[in-house]
Amino acid sequence: MSQNQTKNVELKINGKAVSDSVEPRMLLVDFLREKQRLTGTHVGCDTSQCGACVVHVDGKPVKSCTALVVQLDGADITTIEGLAADKENLHPMQEAFRQNHGLQCGFCTPGMVMSALGLIDQNPNPTEAEIREWLEGNICRCTGYHNIVKSIQAAATTMAKADS
Amino acid sequence: MYEFDYHKAASVDDALKSLSSADDGKLLAGGMTLLPTMKQRLASPDVLVDLAGIADIKGISKAGDQIVIGAMTTHAEVNLSALVQSEIPALAELAGLIGDPQVRNRGTIGGSVANADPSADYPAALVGLNATVTTNSRSIAADEFFVDLFETALEEEEIIISVSFPLAKRAAYMKFPNPASRYAVVGTFVAELADGSIRLAVTGAGGSVFRQADMEAALAKNFAASAIEGIAVDADDLNEDIHASAEYRAHLVGVMARRAVASIA
Repeated sequence: MSQNQTKNVELKINGKAVSDSVEPRMLLVDFLREKQRLTGTHVGCDTSQCGACVVHVDGKPVKSCTALVVQLDGADITTIEGLAADKENLHPMQEAFRQNHGLQCGFCTPGMVMSALGLIDQNPNPTEAEIREWLEGNICRCTGYHNIVKSIQAAATTMAKADS
Repeated sequence: MYEFDYHKAASVDDALKSLSSADDGKLLAGGMTLLPTMKQRLASPDVLVDLAGIADIKGISKAGDQIVIGAMTTHAEVNLSALVQSEIPALAELAGLIGDPQVRNRGTIGGSVANADPSADYPAALVGLNATVTTNSRSIAADEFFVDLFETALEEEEIIISVSFPLAKRAAYMKFPNPASRYAVVGTFVAELADGSIRLAVTGAGGSVFRQADMEAALAKNFAASAIEGIAVDADDLNEDIHASAEYRAHLVGVMARRAVASIA
């Protein structure tokens, strides 16, 4: 085995083509935070339980602390930074979290938002029970989840209107 | 994580070749167990052979009276498959109970089955439905596949290609999940197969998935929750950890089995 083997990867991150050379052991979350300086994706537990690191890989939410960059060569990745059109116009899901006080300290929020968008993609009009079940993989220590659920319900309504 | 070499296999043969040339190579499927294990330095393979690039070991199809699921098919794909939902709804439901949505988007049936975690959900479905595991070299009946704690009948250099599930007349899975990890403290999969035989597979309770023969016999005579009401499960050899004692698990086997039966009786 060659020591310090590196692999070339080509990814699309938030619509932008990125190519780099990485060690096979580099986790997606470390690549995003340390090499791309996209620090909106957080490391909470680092054991794929808390969901603070959720990003979308080819449109599906995954835990970026439990994926190697080399596994995702060629993938299309969206992080929390890729959602808002600009600083004045938040994504409807982000705006709903703001309006409904869906965050307190904010640490889990990027993961919550990315996770919630995965739900809406699959189920545009989820019930409260479905939202709570979906949030199984996201942990929040401040809000008690109530306002997060409210935020996601509100965003689902706004997004459905925008689509029609 | 210790460093390692990485190879994305182009085919099953290519994967076998890189595996045999490595000192301590490991196959990488979804990585939902292997990567956390490597992060904790409990495993330190010198080479990871990624199976994600092999197109012909992914996907779900119907072949005769079997549903065939490629090894690299994710839990989310099984859960959302219209084919699985209509042909073996209990299997689609079971896949939707594994871990959380993000884990289900990466984790695969082949990885789960090969890992043979004593608390994993899929082993109950494989044994409950009398499934067959197809590898690059042979077919293995589910009853022979799961051997012991994290131990299967797979050889060192053997790769799972697919799992075939025969269609059942009726089937149901009921689990008591660990509220944090969603692994089964105890899970029971009950099925009436096409030939009318009854299977009841239990996961989470022992070192490996097992069949509860006395309950199967009682259900064959009378498929009703009341038929297994009086059957006590022996706690000897059952798992014991901070989440549940062996006695509690033995009790849960009966409760979950009765709930599973009642849901389809």
